[in-house]
Amino acid sequence: MSRVQTSDTAIKGPRIGESALRPDGIPKVKGEFVFSNDLRHPDMLWGGTLRSPHPAARIVSINVTSALKMTGVRAVITSEDLDDMPLYGLEHPDQPVLADGLVRYQGEPVAIVAADHPENVRLALEAIDVEYELIEPLSDPNLAKEAEAIHPDGNLFREIDLTHGNSQEEGEIIVEGTYEVGMQDQAPLGTESGMAIPSEDGGIDLFVSTQWLHADRDQVAACLNLPTEKVRLTLAGVGGAFGAREDISLHIHLCLLAIKTGKPIKMSYSRTESFHGHVHRHPAQMWYRHHAKSDGTLTRIEARLLLDGGAYASTSSAVLANATCFAAGPYRVPSVEIYGAVVRTNNPPCGAMRGFGCVQVCFAHEAQMDKLAIELGMDPVELRLKNALKPGDQIITGQTITGTAPVAEVIETCAQHPISVGSATQQMELPGGAGRTADPKNVVRGEAIAVGFKNLMFSEGFDDFSTASCQLLDGVATITCACAEVGQGFVTLAQQIVREILGVEEVILAPASTATVGSAGSTSASRQTWMSGGAVKSACEEVRIRLLSRIAESYNLDVESLVIVDGGIASLSSDFSISLKEATAEPIEVEDTYRHLPTHPLDEKGQGDAHVSFAFSAHRAVVDVDQELGLVKVVELITSQDVGRVLNPLQLQGQLEGGAAQGLGLAVLEEINVVDGRILNPSFTDYLLPTSLDMPPVEIAALIEQPEPNAPFGAKGVGEPPAISSTAAVASAVRNATGLDLQRVPIRPTDIVFPERSKNG
Amino acid sequence: MTSEIYTLTVNGNDHHVIDGHPSESLLWVLRERLELSGSKNACEEGECGSCTVLLDGEIVCSCLVLAASAVGREITTIEGLGSGKEISDVQKAFVEAGAVQCGFCTPGLLVTIDQLLNTNPDPDELVVREAISGNLCRCTGYGRILEAVRIASNNRIAQNEEEKSK
Repeated sequence: MSRVQTSDTAIKGPRIGESALRPDGIPKVKGEFVFSNDLRHPDMLWGGTLRSPHPAARIVSINVTSALKMTGVRAVITSEDLDDMPLYGLEHPDQPVLADGLVRYQGEPVAIVAADHPENVRLALEAIDVEYELIEPLSDPNLAKEAEAIHPDGNLFREIDLTHGNSQEEGEIIVEGTYEVGMQDQAPLGTESGMAIPSEDGGIDLFVSTQWLHADRDQVAACLNLPTEKVRLTLAGVGGAFGAREDISLHIHLCLLAIKTGKPIKMSYSRTESFHGHVHRHPAQMWYRHHAKSDGTLTRIEARLLLDGGAYASTSSAVLANATCFAAGPYRVPSVEIYGAVVRTNNPPCGAMRGFGCVQVCFAHEAQMDKLAIELGMDPVELRLKNALKPGDQIITGQTITGTAPVAEVIETCAQHPISVGSATQQMELPGGAGRTADPKNVVRGEAIAVGFKNLMFSEGFDDFSTASCQLLDGVATITCACAEVGQGFVTLAQQIVREILGVEEVILAPASTATVGSAGSTSASRQTWMSGGAVKSACEEVRIRLLSRIAESYNLDVESLVIVDGGIASLSSDFSISLKEATAEPIEVEDTYRHLPTHPLDEKGQGDAHVSFAFSAHRAVVDVDQELGLVKVVELITSQDVGRVLNPLQLQGQLEGGAAQGLGLAVLEEINVVDGRILNPSFTDYLLPTSLDMPPVEIAALIEQPEPNAPFGAKGVGEPPAISSTAAVASAVRNATGLDLQRVPIRPTDIVFPERSKNG
Repeated sequence: MTSEIYTLTVNGNDHHVIDGHPSESLLWVLRERLELSGSKNACEEGECGSCTVLLDGEIVCSCLVLAASAVGREITTIEGLGSGKEISDVQKAFVEAGAVQCGFCTPGLLVTIDQLLNTNPDPDELVVREAISGNLCRCTGYGRILEAVRIASNNRIAQNEEEKSK
């Protein structure tokens, strides 16, 4: 490897609660930070993937003869070259490494090629002759359960029948609605990329951008039929993730080509290939019926949820559990009946994206709360406050909230915060923006609030843990943890934790790798601050105990009298002091594995203590809508969030703003358009991400700091809630502005201009 | 088919491109032949701005420029910002304002903003928003990036006034 980023040295400074700066900030602003697609090796070849253009087809034959003869081509691999057909999958292995006689989605890998130049890779891919026999794709998720199975495992990934409370309960007021959420893409700016290098021991070193090194390692090793210790994964610089990197993409392909050629292989997806090469947010169809007393008290919720999981399982099962468990929103509901299903189709596979099942249902339950408020003639804020969950309440799975639940607080602070943006004064600020298309006469303003919540960390009895080690030598701490830094700022936080506990200035973060330490679990589910933060914290605390005991023993001091202060150890009962550097000339090293409190599976009625902790947020959106052109401009977002404790105000703000942008995107811009199993818009020209002109200022009304019991430092994960209630708030504000029903996100111009047509599909 | 040897002037230095292919983009040549990988490739169709460089002082998406067409022109990349080992005021403001998360869009944004502040040292927020609207960021929601521009702009204005009053 010519340049692989291995470690970062700390900037001196701040501890827990302060706005510490990213240790990788300077290399990133200089363009020196090595992302996975910046990897280079003097001896490397380039790899590429041939993907099926059809969503469903039988492969009649694959002819690679001419491709193999082409300039610069070193290897072509199809399923015929693989001994047995290895399958992979994050929760359930059901996806072939290369299509085995059958393709189940458009973009499924069929063959891989290694050559000396990407252009030669491209030409060789074009020269592979595949004969397909087309099959009618199963593209409507509503038909999946009854349709002929398109996979040996069947078309149903999971269904949950959740029943809670007395099913005879009826409300005086009943509102009903059907809702739909389109397929969103995580669209991290860095596409999938990495490098595999064959090693002398017959193993492989894989440098890749990912969210979970050890889960990748286990799947790669199983598919290569290698022992796990011969497959070493090291984190390469990650250009954003948001769920897109939780699953395997090019990992196994890279390794197969490296083993076959004996050379380092680099692969880097194009943007179009990236759209086909990772899972997306599940599209959802949701029917709801809310019952309430005439004073607004919720009495019963009925719902049916259908998620389209696409061709392979990925994390569909856990996404459905979330959608079902959180379907009612952060409200007390005594009687609930929800049927949720996630099915297999020939559509693009879906899996993790920030908010993970909670985003879809939040849009629906908040639309229902608005509808109910109108029906009751009640203020929507008052209605939400009346039903807001609080500590000691049960959620709809029968689980009692034992931690903090400041739902009323996030609603009240968000609702009371003044709106700071006035009317548009320049054409540029109107809907349509740079297009300068809006006529101010047709622009109406709307405003609305939405509330959401989500589980933190993994649920349903999963053995969720993180491992970290801390070594203290010559006054310098080195942390080894396989936590994937994807931009969220764990590297910053890890240094803050070490400084807080050990009082050292210099904290080195060793590379995240499967070769040096156990799993840190996934960088997802808002879990790393709690989990890997917890592992670093407990390793440091044990180092501290051993250090102070050693000094007490060596100098015959009372250990209780020793404190770490100003880069040294001092005794409160004598004038003894020693610098940390001198005190740690002999190293102290501790490895610790942190687990959160155990959770339990859901029973056959969808009941059980399945989750360990919850985080809540509220968003208020102000929008301008051009009713003639159907264009929406979000002019302001206000948010309050339940954070437990603020560990780094600057990074927290970045999470709140960035998450809200993704929520805004889903509300009015972002959708992968899939027709008959084919993606129509796999590019940044046609898939619209919010730009700086689409994204309004995000006002933080309040960060509710109620320390969460059992959480390291009392802090809750903060990454996902901003992407949950923001979509619902924007959609609701557009309804408020236009008076239209708008039961679908993203809201398209035609939904506003031709509402009747949209409703009829 | 390879092209004749040609020379690109990047950040004031001449680089000879040997065995290049005439169809190669400036972004490809910068990244893969000259090993200046600070310019990023997120879409390679001129939508995301991650590959932004200056060509004779003008902002371009280097993915849309044929490398051989840049002969005889001044190319400035992220590696050319700042002076020597010192980072520029905008780079510093990015770190301090929390404008960097994953950092993939950062180099392109910095080239865009550097050029903006060199031509307009005191842009109002809407001008900044329009100037960076060709640079997509997926992590930050742009809030901290706008704050970084404010900090850098205010610092420059304060510095200019200080120099004037001397």
